[in-house]
Amino acid sequence: MERIAVVGVGQTKYERGKTKNFAELVYEVTRKALDDAGMEPGDIDNVVTTTNDFFDGRTIACMAVAEAAGSYGRDATNVEGDGTLSAFYGLMRTLSGVYHTTMVTTHCKVSEGSPRKIFNQAFDPIYDRLLGMDAISSSALQARAYMHRYGITEEQCAKVSVKNHGNARNNPYAHVALDITVEDVMKSPMLADPIKRLDTSPISDGACAIILATEEKAKKAAKKPVWIRGVAHCTDAYRLGERDLTHSLALETAAKKAYRMAGIADPLREIDVAEVYDAFSYMELMWYEGLGFCGQGEGGRLIDGGETQMGGKLPVNPSGGVLSAHSVQVAGLARIAEAVLQLRGEAGRRQVPGAKMALAHGVTGICAQTHCVWVLSN
Amino acid sequence: MENETILEVNEKDGLLIHQGVIRVPYTWAAGAVASKFYVGLRNRKIYGVRCPTCRIVLVPPKKTCHRCFGELNEWVEVSDEGTLQTFTVVHYHEPELHPLKAPFAYGIIKLDGADTGMTHLIAEADLKALKEGMRVKAVFKEKPGGNYLDIKYFKPVKGEK
Amino acid sequence: MGTRTAIVGVGQTNHTSKRKDVNGQELITEAVKRALEDASLSLKDIDAIVIGNMDHFEAINVVDGWSVDGSGAFMKPIMKVTTGGSTGGTLGSCGYYHVASGLFDVVMAIGWEKNSESDTQAAISTCSDPILERDFFGGAIGPNAAEYAMYMKQFGATQEDAALVAVRDHNNAVKNPYAHLRKLITVEDVMKSPMLCWPIKLLDSCPRSDGACAVIYASENKAPKITARPAWVHATAVSHDYVYFGDYDWEKMPTCQTTVSRVYQRAGITNPLKDVDVMELYLPFSTCGVVWMEFMWMCDAGEAPKLIRRGVFDMNGELPINPSGGVLSTNPIGATGLIRIGEAALQIMGRAGERQVSDVRTAMATAFGSCYWFEATILRSTKP
Repeated sequence: MERIAVVGVGQTKYERGKTKNFAELVYEVTRKALDDAGMEPGDIDNVVTTTNDFFDGRTIACMAVAEAAGSYGRDATNVEGDGTLSAFYGLMRTLSGVYHTTMVTTHCKVSEGSPRKIFNQAFDPIYDRLLGMDAISSSALQARAYMHRYGITEEQCAKVSVKNHGNARNNPYAHVALDITVEDVMKSPMLADPIKRLDTSPISDGACAIILATEEKAKKAAKKPVWIRGVAHCTDAYRLGERDLTHSLALETAAKKAYRMAGIADPLREIDVAEVYDAFSYMELMWYEGLGFCGQGEGGRLIDGGETQMGGKLPVNPSGGVLSAHSVQVAGLARIAEAVLQLRGEAGRRQVPGAKMALAHGVTGICAQTHCVWVLSN
Repeated sequence: MENETILEVNEKDGLLIHQGVIRVPYTWAAGAVASKFYVGLRNRKIYGVRCPTCRIVLVPPKKTCHRCFGELNEWVEVSDEGTLQTFTVVHYHEPELHPLKAPFAYGIIKLDGADTGMTHLIAEADLKALKEGMRVKAVFKEKPGGNYLDIKYFKPVKGEK
Repeated sequence: MGTRTAIVGVGQTNHTSKRKDVNGQELITEAVKRALEDASLSLKDIDAIVIGNMDHFEAINVVDGWSVDGSGAFMKPIMKVTTGGSTGGTLGSCGYYHVASGLFDVVMAIGWEKNSESDTQAAISTCSDPILERDFFGGAIGPNAAEYAMYMKQFGATQEDAALVAVRDHNNAVKNPYAHLRKLITVEDVMKSPMLCWPIKLLDSCPRSDGACAVIYASENKAPKITARPAWVHATAVSHDYVYFGDYDWEKMPTCQTTVSRVYQRAGITNPLKDVDVMELYLPFSTCGVVWMEFMWMCDAGEAPKLIRRGVFDMNGELPINPSGGVLSTNPIGATGLIRIGEAALQIMGRAGERQVSDVRTAMATAFGSCYWFEATILRSTKP
């Protein structure tokens, strides 16, 4: 794969009830990414925006943000899905030889709509939409299946929440930074067992943008480029009853492909920092396994061992992860942005010292049906 | 005015917030396969389809096997009784979404004769005593409406609670 | 440099107003199976899939995930793109870039829509800004009607000129087994049809259709092995403009001009009447088939009616437009732009059946949507 770099990133602070509208949020991060890259809008030759007609409350939702993302007069397109997928499409456009500097934007004001009803729309109207499930109740089915099969405990999941909310204290963009204990998580209200309030991600508004550039264009960027070493995505079966909910086969498939592209054989040793999509605490443990950080069913053991804590062998979610800030569709791109900051040495108090190889991960769909894995290095 | 987009205007930090709603009516065509399934439910029978290549019986049925992309024509009646594979007890309230009042349970049930699970509701049960592997049975609606809730829910089989 | 890419297979459903016999996933499968058959490929040969539709028309969130039961995406990479009416063009570009990136060899783009499942006007009205425009937005027809009213006033064109475009597209559709509306009409029929928004009448406008289309893109290594005459992608471009309807310069169609000149330049086209053998244009209204000709370098300002009356764009004319019957005959919105690309590709591959134009070496497809976004693709029988 030709050398393509991330040369600029921009994020908003993630919080509930933002008063800026979509265009303003996208403009904020587009401007930040341009400033970060030391570029002007004229340097960008194509744009990939990300929208969701339900969350955005309008059909052809890309219309709301096209101008703010710099699409005027430009070749622009629009993805509906997690930001890791939009960024992947941006990467493909940059590799095609037609474009050289690509702006990728994401935004979401989760607090503006009814996220539970919106998520329910992902269920099949012919069959189980009427059951009234949303992200929490459906993910609880997966959590329970996974934990039951491998003997993962609620305490082990709680450790993820403690770690990530704690890490978020070092991230100025994070929404929910907390100094909590496993006991706090265990005592938080049960929503759909085994998922308790402190096992869930918040309702966050926000936006994120990144700029991709060919090696030639990256030379002119303000900061040292971060190279994209491997990217892959994969989608599992749609119906929950047709999936092995205890084993994220789609993640495993995507990760293996991304690792192959990046020449990684032993992820736990070769990756220095990982930003994964922990929409719920149990998910981070499952993703350890899918990403090959440990064997099937060993996610609990890995967190018990402390390897994924700050200072451990492979810190996971130094930013606080999705548990600390969940702006839907934005959160995956934010994982890439955070990985970039880590590799540049710009992650401030959440910096993993000497990080050379980073992993970013995003999901979309019911019980994370689709996974997208990014490997980056400096 | 009937189709008014903006219902209410509030203020936050000196800025106006317009609250509105989108109303678009829908009529989804179930298709011949789902229709046959629902006719079955009306008669208190649960049908699946068998994929001869993958050798699995899929419930609810579908037209094309997602694994091999083969067309599924072999209809199979499966039992209205099966095994609970996983479940969750819901404690929060979403009256516009939830068909039952919390606390209630969702589960994935593998009916006898099927190789895939059906996601549905669990009721008439001691929610604290739900267990993976327990036997459950479909409870059909008195007056079926031609949709997924014509199975009201699944309940633990007598003898197990 | 990117990987050269060609279209090797096209499949579509028999578009119609209401497919009550199938649900959305099943509709998609029909197009996918036909595309695979057209290319003599099986699902395992497909490396990635991209899908698109307009969400509010079917109210399904995360369509890419839901589509697995119909698109064949199980354990494959799939993503979703959507840009309103131009979604089909966006899909084609996305499929192309997947392959041109060098990361995938064979990629399928799927466009679909089940318009019958919703109230189109209610759904489409939500594309306007909720605070500034939505309450009085008239839907897609208003701006186009105003555009033609201005054109008629400026150049002395008539409603009959637009009717000739409607007659051409509708009558071409009779030879297209996949088209939705397949009835021979006359100018008189068009003039007598109910007025929708002056001067646009019912037969000047596109229908709502249920349908799906799948187009398979392949890399330069694979394409020649898959089919004898691949349709090579020489250029694809899109351009955007302001997003508030009142800001767009309707008299100049800037997005059409920008896109068309970009794509002509990339493909080395200077005189489309001579350099292009067939065009599949996204004309949502017959009036667009008059007004837009000059922006596509076919004639001078206001001269389009002369060419139309001379039959330049008819099947036996210098530059046949819409042998498939175009959007006026078939409009499953998420698929419509992709059908233009698919039909243009069929023309190059020599598989357009009764609607085949002879000796096609260069074909053009366009897509159009929402606030005047314009997409265009140039295909050729030779490698770029």
